[in-house]
Amino acid sequence: MSSGNATRNRIGAAVAAPVTFAASLLNRPLKAWQKLTGNNGMAAFFLAPNMAIFGVFVLVPLVMNFVYSMTSGSGVFLGDRNFVGADQYQRLLDCSNYLNPRTCREDLFWTAVHNTVLFVILQVAFMAVVSMITALILNGRIPARGFWRAVFFFPVLLSPVVVGLIWKWILQRQGLLNFALFESGLDPVDWLLNRDWAFAATIAVSIWAHMGFYTLILLAGLQAIPRDLYEAAEMDGTRPARVFWRITLPLLMPNLLVVIVLSLIRAVQIFDEAYVLTGGGPGTSTLYLTQYIYEVGFASLLRNPGLAAAASIVMGLVLAVLTLVQLRMGRKGEEKGKR
Amino acid sequence: MSRVFAFLIRRRGGSGWHWTDIVTWVWLVGGLVIMFGPVLWLVFSSFKTPAALSEFPPTLLPMATQTVVVEGYDKPLELYRVTTEDGEERRLAQVRRVGIVAQMVDPEDPGTLYKININDRVPVRSVDFATGNYVEPMEKNDFTLYLRNSVFVTVVATIITLLTNSMAAFALSKYSFRGRDAVMLLIVATLMVPLPVLLVPLYSVVSAVGLFDTLWGVILPTVATPTGVFLLRQYMLTIPDELLDAARMDHASEWQIYWRIILPLAAPALAVLAIFSVVWRWNDFLWPLVVLSSKENYTLQVGLNTYAGELNVQWHFILAMTVVTMIPVVLVFTFLQRYITSGIAGSGLK
Amino acid sequence: MGRITLTNIDRAYGKLKVLHDINLNIEDGEFMVLVGPSGCGKSTLLRLIAGLDQPSAGRIEIDGADVTPVTAAERGLAMVFQSYALYPHMTVRKNLAFGLENQNMPKAEIEKRIGEAARMLEITDYLDRRPGQLSGGQKQRVAIGRAVVRNPTAFLLDEPLSNLDAELRISTRAELAALHGRLKTTMIYVTHDQVEAMTLADRIVVMRAGRIEQLGRPLDLYNEPANLFVAGFIGAPRMNLLPAKVTSVQGTGVTLEGPGGLVATMAVDTASLTAGDSVTVGIRPHDIACIDDTATGEDHLDADVTLVEALGPETVVHARIAGDQPMLAVLAGQPVAEEARTVRFRLNHEKLHLFDANGLRVPAT
Repeated sequence: MSSGNATRNRIGAAVAAPVTFAASLLNRPLKAWQKLTGNNGMAAFFLAPNMAIFGVFVLVPLVMNFVYSMTSGSGVFLGDRNFVGADQYQRLLDCSNYLNPRTCREDLFWTAVHNTVLFVILQVAFMAVVSMITALILNGRIPARGFWRAVFFFPVLLSPVVVGLIWKWILQRQGLLNFALFESGLDPVDWLLNRDWAFAATIAVSIWAHMGFYTLILLAGLQAIPRDLYEAAEMDGTRPARVFWRITLPLLMPNLLVVIVLSLIRAVQIFDEAYVLTGGGPGTSTLYLTQYIYEVGFASLLRNPGLAAAASIVMGLVLAVLTLVQLRMGRKGEEKGKR
Repeated sequence: MSRVFAFLIRRRGGSGWHWTDIVTWVWLVGGLVIMFGPVLWLVFSSFKTPAALSEFPPTLLPMATQTVVVEGYDKPLELYRVTTEDGEERRLAQVRRVGIVAQMVDPEDPGTLYKININDRVPVRSVDFATGNYVEPMEKNDFTLYLRNSVFVTVVATIITLLTNSMAAFALSKYSFRGRDAVMLLIVATLMVPLPVLLVPLYSVVSAVGLFDTLWGVILPTVATPTGVFLLRQYMLTIPDELLDAARMDHASEWQIYWRIILPLAAPALAVLAIFSVVWRWNDFLWPLVVLSSKENYTLQVGLNTYAGELNVQWHFILAMTVVTMIPVVLVFTFLQRYITSGIAGSGLK
Repeated sequence: MGRITLTNIDRAYGKLKVLHDINLNIEDGEFMVLVGPSGCGKSTLLRLIAGLDQPSAGRIEIDGADVTPVTAAERGLAMVFQSYALYPHMTVRKNLAFGLENQNMPKAEIEKRIGEAARMLEITDYLDRRPGQLSGGQKQRVAIGRAVVRNPTAFLLDEPLSNLDAELRISTRAELAALHGRLKTTMIYVTHDQVEAMTLADRIVVMRAGRIEQLGRPLDLYNEPANLFVAGFIGAPRMNLLPAKVTSVQGTGVTLEGPGGLVATMAVDTASLTAGDSVTVGIRPHDIACIDDTATGEDHLDADVTLVEALGPETVVHARIAGDQPMLAVLAGQPVAEEARTVRFRLNHEKLHLFDANGLRVPAT
C-alpha cells in the first residue's frame, strides 16, 4: 500500500529468496522419501533433528547423571572414573544433625541446602504477596495501564548478570543506597559484606528481577474473572474486602497456585543473579545449591564431579516432585475451565 | 496541561479520594522509582569518569570540571569559580596546588599568578558524558569479540530452535503415528529436568563430541527446548486439517505442506518463540560459564562477569559494558512488548 | 474421462466400522450426490475416493485403473471443502496457482487457466485479495475455482454450500448445476440436505450408518423409496408414516386398516404379505386433500388441528388423527382457516406407499 510497506516487502522477498530456494532443493529428495516410507516416514523425518539433539543433550546426560553419581575421581569421561556405588550419596547424607551443617561431613552441601530452603521460603512468600498486590493495582481503574505494566515487567528480560551488576553497583559501600541513607541521616551499611544483609539482598534482587512475570500471570487471571460477578456483588452492596476474599481470591486460586509452584521451582535453582551479586559470600552466607553443584563439579581445586552429580540428583528429585504437583494442578485447572 | 493532570489523578468512581487510591498511587510511583531507578542510575553512572564515580555524595548526572587552554601552559587547566577577599567573583584556571594554596591564573590575562586559599574556590562543572568508557573497552579489550560471540550464539541458536522445534511440532500435531504419545510424554517429562541438574553429565557429553570450549557447545544443548515444541504444537493444532488435505489434493508433498502452509500460518507463534529464544540465548550465563574456558570464546555475559570479578575492578568500564549488554533486550522489549506479554499470559512461558 | 468404481469398500477405525461393503459405480460426467444424516459415512467415503484416507478393504478404480494405493495428489481429482480450506496467507491468485505450480506447470499455462476460471466464476476482480478479505460467497467461488483450474478427472465436493446463508445457497446451487452442465465432468457431491440432492443430482446415493440405503435418480427415490428410511429422508416436508394392519390379501392386492378409520385397498405384490401383518402406510403431505366437513363417503379421515401455517400459495396443516397419530398436510391455496379446530382429509390412494414389517417397500403391481 504505502511505499514503506513495498520496500519492506521487497527486502523480505530478497531475504526469503535464498531460503525458499534451499527449501525447494530439499523437496525432491524428500518427495522420494515420502513415496518410500509414507506419512510415518515423514513424521520420523520431521521429528529427527529435534529428537536427535534432544537425545544427545538431554536424555543421554539424564541417564549418565545416575552413573556419574556412583563414581569418584576427577576425570571427565566415565572410563576414567571409579565405580564407588552409593559412596557419594553416603558422603552427602553423612550428618549427625541435619539442622546444623557443621556436624555434617559435606558441610558446604548442607549449608547450601539450608540457605536455599530459607531463600525459597522467603522469596516465594514475598513474591506471591508483592506480585499479587501489583496485579490487583494494575487491574484497577488506573490511567495508562500498559505503561505501568511495562514498568513492572521490563526487568524480567534483563540478563541475570546485568541485574547482578546493577544492584552490586547500587549496594556497594559508596553506592546509591548508602547515599540515600546518608541523606536521611542514617549510617551507611556494607550491604554485601554483611552476612544477613547480603542474604536479604539476593532475595530482594531476585524478586525485583522476576516479579513482573508473576504479576502478568496473576493479571491475566484477574482479567479472566467476569465483570458481571463484581457488578452483581456491587448490587448486593458487598464490601470491597469481602469481594476480594469471597470472589477475587477463590477465582484467582488456580493462577496463584501456578505462580507459587513456578516461583518455587525457579527459586530452588537460584544461581545467576545471586552469584554475580555476592559470589556466594560473604563466607558461605549466600551459597545456594546450584552454585554448590557448579563449584564442586567445575570450579574448585578439588573437583568432584561424582559428588556434584549426586547433589544434582537430590535437587532434581525435589524439582520433579514440584513439577508433578504443577502438572497435576494444571490439569485440574483445565478441567475446571471446561466445566 | 491541566487536563493531563486531571487525567493522571482521575479517581475510582470519580468521587473523592478513597484510601485505595492513595495506596495505588504510592505503589505505582514507588514501583516506578524502584524498577526504573536502578537502571537509570546505571546508565548515568556509565558515563562518569572514574573520578566522578568515586565521588561521595554522587551526582545524578555525569559531571566533569571544565578545563581551558591557557597561553603558556601545555596542558588544559581546570577552571574554578573564585571568590576573592573583596567579595568579587572571578573565573580562574588552576596551575598547581601547594598545600591549601592554589596558584591560579586568569585565562584572559595569563600574565599574573594569583595565590588563592582552596576553600575560596569551587570547580566550574558541567554535564559531560565520558564516552571513553564505551569506546575504550571496545577497542582495547575483548568486548567486541564477546559481543560478536553473543550475537552469533543468539542468532544461530534461535534459527535452529525455530527450525527443529517447528518440524517436531508439526509431526506431533498433524500426524498420527505409533509412539506419538510416548514422544510427547518424553518431552513433558524433561520439562522437569532443568540445566543445573544436568550440568555434570552434559559437560562430559559436550566434551566427548568435541564441542568443549566452542560456541557450538553453547548453542546445541539449548536448542531442543521442550517449551518451544509445546508452544508451536499448541498453535499448530488450531490450523484446520482440511487445509492440509486441500494442499495434498493440490499435489503438495508433505515437505511443501510444512514449508508453504504450516510455517507461514504458524508465524505468530514462531514470532513469540523467536523473541523468547533471542532473550534466553542472549542472557544465558551458567552453561556458557561451564562450557567456555578460553577468553576469546566468551559470550558477553561470561566476559562481563569475569571482568567484574577481577581484583582491580574498573567500574566505569563494567557499567558501560553492562549498558551495552542490556541494549538488545531493551530494544526487544520496547518494540515487541505486546507479543511478549501476550505470550506469557497465554502460555506461562518464560 | 472420469468413471469411478468402488468395489466392496470397508473402512474401520479400530473396532468402529464406519463403512460396510460399499459398491458404487459412478459414470463419466455424472453428477452423483451422496446424502444422509451426519455420521452416515458419506464424508468418509468421499475422502476414500479422494485418496485422503485409505479403505480397510476393497478397491477403488478410476477409468478402470486400480488407484487404491495411489496418493491423493496422483489421482487427478480435485476437492472443494466444507470450510473452503483456502490458504489464508496467499492471495486468491496464489491459491489457484498453488496446485498447478506443484505440478511444475509452465507459468503461461497457469496464467491462462487462472484467467479462464476466474472469468467463468466471476472472481477476476479480487484475484489479488486474500481469503480473509472475501465474503462467504466469494470464498466459495474461489474454492470451486481452485478445483476448476486443475482440470480434474472428477470434482469431489464436501458439503460446499453448508456455510452459506439460505439465499446464497440457492443461487450458488443453480450456478453449480450450470457449471456441471458446461464442464460435463464427473462430480461427487456430499450433503446432508435432501433438497440439494434432489435439485443437483443425476443420481442420488442415500446412506445411513455406513451402508447404502438406495441408489437412483432423484424422482425414482421420491416416487418409489426403497424403505422407510429413504421415504422419511427424501422429500420435504417428510412423508407421513402410519402404522396399519393387513386385513385381507387378494390375488392382486391387499386391504388394510389404519388409524382414524383409514381403510385402503392397494394393488401390490402380495407374495410377502399375509392377513394380520403389521405394515406401514406412507402418504406424502402433498398427496393429501381437504374436503368439506359435511361431505359424505367412506374415504375420509377426521383430524384435530394443532397448527395451521398459511403461506399464501399453500397451507401447511399440522394435525393429529385417532388422538395421537401426527399427520402433516400441504394443501394448495388457502382451504383451511387459521382458527380451524378440526379438518377432514382425503388421501390420494394412488399415491400411497406400503412398507412391510421390515420397513422394506412392497412394490406395486
